[in-house]
Amino acid sequence: MSDAMISALPGAEAQGLIAIREMGLQGMVTLRADLAAAAPMIAQITGANVPEPRAMTKGKACELAWMSPDEVLILCDHAAAGGLAADLSRALRGQHHLVVDVSDARAMFSLTGPSGALRDVLSKITPADLSASALPVGEMRRTRLQQVAGALWFASDAEARVICFRSVARYVFDLLAISAHPGGAIHYHRA
Amino acid sequence: MSIRLATGGRLIDRSRKIGFRFNGKRLQGHPGDTLASALMGNGQTILGRSFKYHRPRGVVASGAEEPNALVNLGAGAHHEPNQRATLTELFDGLTATSQNHWPSLNWDIGEVNALIPQLLPAGFYYKTFIHPRPFWKHVFEPFIRQSAGLGRAPDAKLSDPDRYEQFYAHADLVIAGGGIAGLQAALAAGRAGLRVILCEQGPHWGGRAPVDGVEIDGQPAEDWIAAAVQALEQMDHVHLRLRTMVAGVYDHGYVIGYERLTDHSPDHDGPRHRLWRIRTKRIVSATGALERPLSFAGNDKPGVMLAAAVRDYVINWGVAPGARTVVVTNNDDAYRTALALHAAGLEVPCIVDARPEADGPLVQEARARGLRVLTGTAIATVKGLRGVVAVQLCAQDGDGAVTEDVVCDSVAMSGGWSPVVHLWSHCGGKLVWDDTGAYFRPDATRPPTDQSGQGFVICAGAADGALLAGDTMANATAAVACVLAEHGKEMTAAAPVARAAAEAPLMPVWVMPARAGLKKRAKMWLDFQNDVKVSDVQLAAREGYESVEHTKRYTTLGMATDQGKLSNINGLAILAQALDEDIPRVGTTTFRPPYTPISMGAIAGEGRGAIFQPLRRTPIQDWHDAAGAHFEPVGYWRRPYCFPRKGESHRDAVNREILATRNGVGLLDASTLGKIIVKGADAGRFLDMLYTNMMSTLAPGKCRYGLMCSENGFLMDDGVVARLDDDTFLVHTTTGGADRIHAHMEDWLQCEWWDWKVYTANVTEQWAQIAVVGPKARAVLEKLGADFDLSKDALPFMSWAEGRIGGFEARAFRISFSGELSFEIAVPAAQGRAFWDALMAAGAGFGITPYGTEALHVMRAEKGFIMIGDETDGTVIPQDLGLDWAISKKKTDYLGKRAQERAHMTDPARWKLVGLETLDGSVLPDGCYALADGVNANGQRNTQGRVTSTYFSPTLGRGIAMGLVRNGPDRMGEVLEFNTTEKTAKGEMRTVSARIVSPVFFDPAGEKQNV
Repeated sequence: MSDAMISALPGAEAQGLIAIREMGLQGMVTLRADLAAAAPMIAQITGANVPEPRAMTKGKACELAWMSPDEVLILCDHAAAGGLAADLSRALRGQHHLVVDVSDARAMFSLTGPSGALRDVLSKITPADLSASALPVGEMRRTRLQQVAGALWFASDAEARVICFRSVARYVFDLLAISAHPGGAIHYHRA
Repeated sequence: MSIRLATGGRLIDRSRKIGFRFNGKRLQGHPGDTLASALMGNGQTILGRSFKYHRPRGVVASGAEEPNALVNLGAGAHHEPNQRATLTELFDGLTATSQNHWPSLNWDIGEVNALIPQLLPAGFYYKTFIHPRPFWKHVFEPFIRQSAGLGRAPDAKLSDPDRYEQFYAHADLVIAGGGIAGLQAALAAGRAGLRVILCEQGPHWGGRAPVDGVEIDGQPAEDWIAAAVQALEQMDHVHLRLRTMVAGVYDHGYVIGYERLTDHSPDHDGPRHRLWRIRTKRIVSATGALERPLSFAGNDKPGVMLAAAVRDYVINWGVAPGARTVVVTNNDDAYRTALALHAAGLEVPCIVDARPEADGPLVQEARARGLRVLTGTAIATVKGLRGVVAVQLCAQDGDGAVTEDVVCDSVAMSGGWSPVVHLWSHCGGKLVWDDTGAYFRPDATRPPTDQSGQGFVICAGAADGALLAGDTMANATAAVACVLAEHGKEMTAAAPVARAAAEAPLMPVWVMPARAGLKKRAKMWLDFQNDVKVSDVQLAAREGYESVEHTKRYTTLGMATDQGKLSNINGLAILAQALDEDIPRVGTTTFRPPYTPISMGAIAGEGRGAIFQPLRRTPIQDWHDAAGAHFEPVGYWRRPYCFPRKGESHRDAVNREILATRNGVGLLDASTLGKIIVKGADAGRFLDMLYTNMMSTLAPGKCRYGLMCSENGFLMDDGVVARLDDDTFLVHTTTGGADRIHAHMEDWLQCEWWDWKVYTANVTEQWAQIAVVGPKARAVLEKLGADFDLSKDALPFMSWAEGRIGGFEARAFRISFSGELSFEIAVPAAQGRAFWDALMAAGAGFGITPYGTEALHVMRAEKGFIMIGDETDGTVIPQDLGLDWAISKKKTDYLGKRAQERAHMTDPARWKLVGLETLDGSVLPDGCYALADGVNANGQRNTQGRVTSTYFSPTLGRGIAMGLVRNGPDRMGEVLEFNTTEKTAKGEMRTVSARIVSPVFFDPAGEKQNV
């Protein structure tokens, strides 16, 4: 049924101070467990270490992001998410845990442009401190995007990623697009 | 009359002219002008009328403190009232109109109020409009509403076409004010590596140092300012922001900045205002000081201005309020104005100094220039009706006997200066009275404190009472050194040294002349905008108003749009005198944010139009849009209420959808339903506590309906729980309850039962859920093809199974909210739309009909199923709804159990759920009451029940309703009267008769769903 699968806002794009693009289908698995106890099994299945608070780690075709003291989010290929969730659940049998495929519950955006402009545009919709020292590349920040929950991180100096719930994808896209309107440059974040 | 000078004006570009309109008149100014300076340059002395007496008023000040020069700015959708001409930068094509006058600015009929001011004394409204009582609503209030207000409110039919936004910033230090103190603080903090935001409300750096002839490190202040700004611009971690006012300081280092981006260049593409929401460790308030007027008779006439404002206009913009200006003062600083006017070639017939002696360097210089200095002298009165034609002088220490007439066309007055302590005071910083300077300044021992008990606002420069330039700079350096010390850093550069002429102390002068009689005091204005005079405050004191806060409200002193920036200190000094108290014992009124008014647009930010609030969309929303669904809000979702066909009314559409479902097959987008995974060894135990009934005994593969109550016993949510496997449950909540119930679960797990082995996850949006409902539901699914058995025996009512349906990975739940054969089928959200399309295609031959929330509501009501939010309202317990069958008697505890045993909850007289059938088949009005005999203590009709749900049932062809009625279930067959809002021909309330029946109107045996 792959052709019957669609992401929240297929092909949505906007240009301005930065470029904004909906990234299409993205695999996501939520894992809740005693992370220290589960670390060996997590490493075995994902090839990644359990991330430190707010950090992200890379594994085999996946990335792990710290969500809370007992929760990580695993980003992977959309088609692989169901299998990965099943594998993790099997490996963690015997210890208290919850693994669930949440790929379709979310939408993800790629924001590209100069680092300062990315941080400026995002600072119009999130109260998080987005200075390069407070949010370096590769650190996940759970926050609010004006009126809805979201998470964001910098994949590189020139690209930020934003995750929100699927039902509010249009709201978040519209927020990002208006915030990136060329007339509203601020030049607050220098890098 | 005010004039444009032939030369001078450091801020204007004389080589260019720009056009603007005032009251329809075409005028010209220069780039760099403010609207105030441009109007003065065009000889426009009268700019508006005062609030109460409609007195003609002109410009008084040159900044945010201006009380008079308020205008309507712009036209049409861009129209905005109460804009300060002194802060409005002139641009080509600006249009402004004056306010609060009728029929014209120069001849106003309201001026008659001023001729007989005893008609409107202090407290006039309180005294006059108390009796007779009915007059307030019908006579006084309409009259006051018509005469009140300054500017014209924007047209309600036009929406603001401009865009606004907000910006979150984080800093070590926010500095409010870009004068020399703010710049010095920024330089020192920037050099030490702090993250600094420096905000200046105006369009220029440096404050008033260049106007006042200050020298810094031996060079003109202007040069030092330019170098400082250049140095700051090189620092990556220092951010400079012009046209940005720090509007308010709040707890935890939260600062609101108000940036005006396009007010001075409306053609610029971008947001008009930006609200800065800043978190900072420390705030340096370098907000300067404001000059005070002197209270002499006629001090409000057009042409009477603050002395420092007069020299601002001469030096900055090359305009003067007149050709012959009398300077009146109680201090040395105002002599700078006399010298500036003299240097610009304007006449200064005399300097009226209230002090018995004056001999400071500035005074000496004035004398050396040949200016006439009259000490111990006061202005007895200002002559002139719509401007100044002369002043009459008298002895300050007297009652006003005129000693001399001096012909002049403007007056520059100075009663001393008051530090701008607003930002210090917003979070509770205390003030101390300074006897030498006669002002309140920050009390450094009682600062506003942060979360660790440390002072987090530090005043620097004139805002701290260091009014002389040399002191200002030294004070700012010391203030920023305190901030650096907290970071373990020291000053790395030598402190600059500022120099200005020394000044002798002022002499406090609150009334001029000192022993002026009532007639004079009734012409001495304190609050120019609200028309409060010295005599008004004295009257308030005589009438027993001892508290400054009460006096303020009684007289309206300081309650206008300028919030008493000019009138505050003068007013409370008068009050203190009248009460024979010390000024510090009388105290000040409370300083509250914002410092000056900020736009509603900036507060709303980007939140308008499509992004006013988030609209949640299901995976099938695009189909609903295309099908022309009529939507209703459910939480942040927009759910289809019905799908009207062309020309079909909503009611007809609902009836069609219900009948099609009951007789064939209907389709409902139930994706918004809350879905929460609850997993772990203690999951069953946890759900047994959350629900009133037993969930731990549910077998995998089965579903059970349950009720959730708050600790207080009240029903808060309901839904079906499916057991996925031994330690995993899927909890369905109401649409509106999904986030709330998930939070409720986490609350109990994290705060109370933290050692229980339970994890939850809200997977509401992971699944698109579609209800296939009706006698032909199974046939549609079989046509689509499933790889698992959908038959009654394999998949009976209240069970679930998973597999593939039409190639989609699906979970099918045999649950029903309509009483029909029903499959609720969940597929991953990304496939939701495709699955909906597949069902529509497969069902085409069966007449498959999408239905909306109203059909859902009617069908559940026909079955007597309760709806959270209709039958419940936060005061209803399950027992009220006859749901005792869903309350476990075996469990020792569940949330709400204890509360449901309290006397009031077990009271047999509680209103309980019944069905209601009107005798005439009509639909009972929504929310109507069952009437009882007699009236209550308030004269209201007694009641014995109320309607909670009421609909037309197309299935039964009549109105049906549910309601809560006292002893209802014991009164089956009884007929009650219900109220309506209509009247009979006799003028009495029309009532409707309805019989109490079972709430299950349709298929009471449940035969239709159990197939």
